[in-house]
Amino acid sequence: MKNLIEISKELLQSEQVKVVIGYAKGSANRVRPLFARDAAECEKLLFDARCVQNLAVYLYKREIAAMGKPAIVANIPTLRAILRLCAEKQLQEESLIAIACNNDNEAVVLKNMTEIEAFVQSQVIALSDKDRELLEKIKAMPQAERWAFWQKEFNKCIKCYACRQTCPLCYCTECTVEKNKPQWITVASTKLGNLEWHTMRTMHLAGRCISCGQCAEACPMNIPLHLLPMMLAEEIREIYGTMPGLHRDENCALSTYKPNDQENFIH
Amino acid sequence: MLEKEFRPKIVAFVCNWCTYAGADLTGTSRIKYSPDVKIIRFPCTGRIDFMLLLKAFANGADGVIVSGCHPNDCHYTSGNFHARRRWTMFRTLMNFMGLEMERFTFTWVSAAEGAKWADVVNETSEKIHAMGPYTAYRNVAREITEEES
Repeated sequence: MKNLIEISKELLQSEQVKVVIGYAKGSANRVRPLFARDAAECEKLLFDARCVQNLAVYLYKREIAAMGKPAIVANIPTLRAILRLCAEKQLQEESLIAIACNNDNEAVVLKNMTEIEAFVQSQVIALSDKDRELLEKIKAMPQAERWAFWQKEFNKCIKCYACRQTCPLCYCTECTVEKNKPQWITVASTKLGNLEWHTMRTMHLAGRCISCGQCAEACPMNIPLHLLPMMLAEEIREIYGTMPGLHRDENCALSTYKPNDQENFIH
Repeated sequence: MLEKEFRPKIVAFVCNWCTYAGADLTGTSRIKYSPDVKIIRFPCTGRIDFMLLLKAFANGADGVIVSGCHPNDCHYTSGNFHARRRWTMFRTLMNFMGLEMERFTFTWVSAAEGAKWADVVNETSEKIHAMGPYTAYRNVAREITEEES
């Protein structure tokens, strides 16, 4: 991204923001998040194809919020997460500045939610071919095979909750899985506990997931668990015609309704 | 020794205002229906959390019925409208995960439809009876692998 470092320095020096959240070189050809608080630190900022982590997850963390107003280096899923968080009243109109990458690989400064909204809507948003192929493959399986497939995948789960921690939309300070009076979902990674955890996670993201795929990216056991909320997001787009993360004041598909919603299974 | 005949366990999640009253009417109308169903009363279909359905299966249910007021009849105006969207998504997810969808029955039964309630229960009971116990899910709940069962 051209001008990323210059723009970041300028934002910090003019005191428009107190911290720039972005990506920097990590170990073994990977990138890691960077929280640049002065111009010198901005030199480390970079943005390329490896920068897929959804940095919106840091925006509501107490330690980050305590630093002051942030600027955030944002890819499209990050911008969509920001809009969704705004719709859920977790962020305000001018609580951050986003530095996005336009089609000419130039850094663009988006000063408020209105500008972010306009930028996101000007972009083409589609599932990757790989994800679509996998979705279609699973959908085409017979029922017993689908069950076996997901059981095999879920049995790998070690309940580390990395999927939850990396998700920008899993921001509850107290999660149901940590409640133990009563114990709703077992703590140990049992077959039932895993099935229930993934069901619950997916249902809580239904209509909210912006399909960034970071849950699967973070999964140490390589479970393709991003397909679950992604599949629901596709379904919601088809049935209700809505997509989360495109407007700063949208409703979640599951917290609203139309009296003439169609279904074919209730008799 | 004679093998004990399989009786399905069906858990019905019903709303207080329509289906529960409807089931009451079935009784007061002296309509006989299958005793395989266990009714759990909820304030509204909007209160029927998807996880409760899974908990029923984990605890030995072979089928579930979810029933509430017809659209536009909700005591709280919109509980069933919200529930309808949630069920649509829940069913899609369950189907995607490979659960046996025939074990889920969703209906609208009003307080005046005592006869319909009897039909719903009888049909579901017959269907589940033919399908047999839901061992696949129960094995998961009991931590039994496919090979051991």
